[in-house]
Amino acid sequence: MDTPQSTQDDPARPTADATKPDADPAAVPGAGDGHREDGPELIRFQDVTKRFGELTVLDDLCFSVYPRKHVTLIGPSGSGKTTILRLLMTLVKPDEGTITVDGEHLTHEERNGKLVPAGEKHIREVRKKIGMVFQQFNLFPNMRVLRNVTEAPVHVLGMSKDEAEARARDLIELVGLTDHIDKYPTQLSGGQQQRVAIARALAMRPKVLLLDEVTSALDPEMVAGVLDVLRDIAHTTEITMLCVTHEMSFARDISDCVMMFDKGRIVEAAPPEQLFGDPRHQRTRDFLRSVQ
Amino acid sequence: MTWGLFTTWILPGLWVTVQVTVFSAALAFTVALAIGTLRTSRWWIVRFLSGAYFEIFRGTSALVMLFWFAFAFPLIFGYELVPMWAGVLALGLTYGAYGSEIVRGALAAVPVAQREAGIALSFTPMQRLRRVEFPQAWPEMVAPLNALTIELMKGTALVSVISVSDLAFAGNVIRLSTGDNAPVYTLLLVMYFLLAFVITRGMRVVERQAKKGVGQEPERVPLFRKRGAGSPGAAGDTRAMGGVNA
Repeated sequence: MDTPQSTQDDPARPTADATKPDADPAAVPGAGDGHREDGPELIRFQDVTKRFGELTVLDDLCFSVYPRKHVTLIGPSGSGKTTILRLLMTLVKPDEGTITVDGEHLTHEERNGKLVPAGEKHIREVRKKIGMVFQQFNLFPNMRVLRNVTEAPVHVLGMSKDEAEARARDLIELVGLTDHIDKYPTQLSGGQQQRVAIARALAMRPKVLLLDEVTSALDPEMVAGVLDVLRDIAHTTEITMLCVTHEMSFARDISDCVMMFDKGRIVEAAPPEQLFGDPRHQRTRDFLRSVQ
Repeated sequence: MTWGLFTTWILPGLWVTVQVTVFSAALAFTVALAIGTLRTSRWWIVRFLSGAYFEIFRGTSALVMLFWFAFAFPLIFGYELVPMWAGVLALGLTYGAYGSEIVRGALAAVPVAQREAGIALSFTPMQRLRRVEFPQAWPEMVAPLNALTIELMKGTALVSVISVSDLAFAGNVIRLSTGDNAPVYTLLLVMYFLLAFVITRGMRVVERQAKKGVGQEPERVPLFRKRGAGSPGAAGDTRAMGGVNA
């Protein structure tokens, strides 16, 4: 059902806050108890604020993502979409608020009953549940394709080399690059590199896959191949996806829910048919018209 | 100058020069890697201490440092170093400081995106350094480190002033005993040049291997390169040379 869910059922939180469109029950259709079918939320942002200097990138943001859902974040550049992914990957720290992943605090930890900023070790444990694919692929140029995919499972998860390689071969086959398994990243095209990056992220068996504008740096003819792989993963695995993209048809295809961002806030969140077909907010309509 | 003088002075002197070069280069390399890496640390105190080491050894004359290890060190610590080891220490620590700047610069030049990819895969900071950042910085270090090694090799002539009988010392002995100034100094120049040439060729091989290790097409370098055939290490070379004024 619908993944992002306003936190209006949180008793500590005022529900009638007109300045928070994300807390508007109308913006979250089906926000009854039906969405609970998948158990507790996997990701929860609670009053998260992030500033870069004077600029407030995320403004008191609350939302949740439930397991196995695919959520797409759209909106103009600078609206804070990518920052949400970077917060989840702990590449940046929130200035206020808390983030929990799978019931555990991501940026904080409890010590003696008090919530304190998390130490490096705690963060590392929690973020093992999260994988990320970057706009610029960020493969390790000093490793061949196979080792790019096996390196972290072996050295971070402690998997045996044989097991990691067997799994890596499967994943590389999944993304259609078996012929290139012994090449260095610089010998691959952008689209191929991005598919390796997807395999590398999946090799860590994350519960959540973050996709940060994964086709933006690709030549147009490469985009389809990467999106096909992602569609395949979305439809055949149980992985939860959080996806920032400008590919609206792709968003429509894979999403259970689309969230429209502007100026660090959620303007509107709805299933793709509704958000693309009949957006409620003028800001969404303007944005969709400008990208289509 | 006779053949006898050559075999009793020049050849042993050459061997001493090679030894001093190898030992002090090994020490300098170790120091450069350690200090250069520590200078990228997350902790300010580590950065401060390693930065202090760099500034102190860069800012003091290698010649004076040599005298200090040979003549002041025994007075302060009550322990006298064999002249050759005093020389190795002074040169290794000084050139290690220069080298640390090369290592630090190369590590800093690894794209931030690589660090982020390492974080996204939950590597520890040490794993990131060892498996991701350092292997990528290494090919960038080789060319400037080569220039520095040659500087170091030529700098070993300094140890002759604390009576280590290296190549320069041997040349001086022969010159004083025979008066053959021109042939002796010319011979010395040629021998230092040959040593430098051997080091350069060796480092080329290292550099090619290093580039291959990051999937860059190894660059075939002809023995005599044409003018204008740009070398990727050129900028680094000049920077490293600029820093070395012993």
